[in-house]
Amino acid sequence: MQNTSHSVGLVSSHIMQFDTPLICKSGLVLPSYALVYETYGTLNNDKSNAILVCHALSGHHHVAGFYADDPKNIGWWDTMIGPGKPIDTNKFYVVGVNNLGGCHGSTGPSSIKLDTGKPYGASFPVVTVEDWVESQARLADRLGIVQFAAVLGGSLGGMQAMQWSLSYPDRVRHVLAIATAPHLTAENIAFNDVARNAILTDPDFYGGDFYEHGVVPRRGLRLARMLGHITYLSDDAMADKFGRSLRSGKLAYNYDIEFEIESYLRYQGDKFAAYFDANTYLLMTKALDYFDPARDFNDNIDRAFAVAKANFLVVSFTTDWRFSPERSRSIVSALLHNRRNVSYAEISSAHGHDSFLMQHTHYHNVMRAYLNNIAREFAV
Amino acid sequence: MNQLDLTLLAAARPDFAAIAAWIPEGASVLDLGCGDGNLLRYLKDARKTRGYGVEINDNNIEACIRNGVNVIQNDLESGLLGFENGSFDYVILSQTLQATRHTEPLMQEMLRVGREGIVSFPNFGYWKNRINVLGGHMPVSKDLPYQWYDTPNVHLCTLSDFETFCAHFKMQILGRQVMTGDSTISFLPNLLGSTAVYRFKRVP
Repeated sequence: MQNTSHSVGLVSSHIMQFDTPLICKSGLVLPSYALVYETYGTLNNDKSNAILVCHALSGHHHVAGFYADDPKNIGWWDTMIGPGKPIDTNKFYVVGVNNLGGCHGSTGPSSIKLDTGKPYGASFPVVTVEDWVESQARLADRLGIVQFAAVLGGSLGGMQAMQWSLSYPDRVRHVLAIATAPHLTAENIAFNDVARNAILTDPDFYGGDFYEHGVVPRRGLRLARMLGHITYLSDDAMADKFGRSLRSGKLAYNYDIEFEIESYLRYQGDKFAAYFDANTYLLMTKALDYFDPARDFNDNIDRAFAVAKANFLVVSFTTDWRFSPERSRSIVSALLHNRRNVSYAEISSAHGHDSFLMQHTHYHNVMRAYLNNIAREFAV
Repeated sequence: MNQLDLTLLAAARPDFAAIAAWIPEGASVLDLGCGDGNLLRYLKDARKTRGYGVEINDNNIEACIRNGVNVIQNDLESGLLGFENGSFDYVILSQTLQATRHTEPLMQEMLRVGREGIVSFPNFGYWKNRINVLGGHMPVSKDLPYQWYDTPNVHLCTLSDFETFCAHFKMQILGRQVMTGDSTISFLPNLLGSTAVYRFKRVP
């Protein structure tokens, strides 16, 4: 069979301005804000083929394709989305959005606050998954999408996808919750807190208002990313990729970079610290920690999902210890309790939590099969 | 599924029709070891059932999703954790019983999760199998299509064995359909039947 899948090609991002205040779950109010987003494919006449892709901690709206002025900047889920790919842009109208509080163009801590003329910094409200869903729903309104064919995402993106079925049960027909959890475990919150502490204790953080000091808490951000990165991989994947390989081939008996894994982590940390906003990182990890739909129901996850009407595909990866298969199984069990349509695939993959971003034949086949069924529900 | 597909499926798997005959319209079913999801799809179309399959094999997970049926990837040998007591009208184990290692606990799990259980399995007491064994060889046939060294079947039994098992573990047999190909066998079923389908529940 000829492989006809390819890139969505040239894409561009758009800005949507919102002037209706958003009351955050924390009680704080964002009087106005902007969301940056991208769309691929064509919205059909009855607007029934829209898919919303929610991003994870360090993601953004640039999900697929590339830019004319920056052809090397390929969307973070380009392997999944495009003509002939599992999320087939010949069939679906795909929306990617940078979440509120982000640092890729949507209003966030590094944006200029209108009344002060200075960046929000520490004054930017701590936003939650629920707040994001609310802001995404407003974007959907403006795009004329009453109901999404599917809302999907991995990790923190999966939490948003699930929240859609709880906040707006009638506005989403399918939820694809990938490598995610009904809430973080204590161990997961602990990892996030170490990452946050790395940033909060960096002398260049200035309580979140580092912008006006002309510095960036690079050391903290770098450490946070290094720690995060370790937890997104698996022991086996690291052993396979790096083992105990030494950069120079011999031990130097000092604290410079010796092992390949050190070199890799520091490179990843530096790269990340050069472009990511420290306040956004704090905020995203908090959104992860706070997500817990069962909290309002005496910690009863079954009752939390009682309002959901969507059909679900839940996907986990065997070596993902940050969002383990067991966590996905508890989502499945809540959906079974509520007699929702749900399928669950546990993908054998060596790449830990990062597996959801990888090209993996079986994983992509599962996604493709499920999405093809969704596409059959509407006329392309 | 259109009528032709239904007919073709029923012809290829006579036990499907036997199972469907016991299941009332709109019932909830759980199909353990559901394979490619064909039985679930058949029941969904023929009996408007709703439910789920449980399957361990990756290719079968893909096939089930393509078939448009709910499937949960899980190892049956670890029990039916996540499925609540009495949450299904019928729990089905179709041509899978003989390949389960923890057969008795799984049968108990079926009756924990479902009101009634339905199993189908190849009858090892079928005369052709007996002749094979008498001739000094393990049987290899349409119903038992494996060589002794590559078979997944670890717990083969005869109709009599299964009925003794049910009596021993306090399971009440509510119905039995014995077949060879697509013909129903009522005379000397343990000798003349190649496949059996049983419906059972816990002894009250």
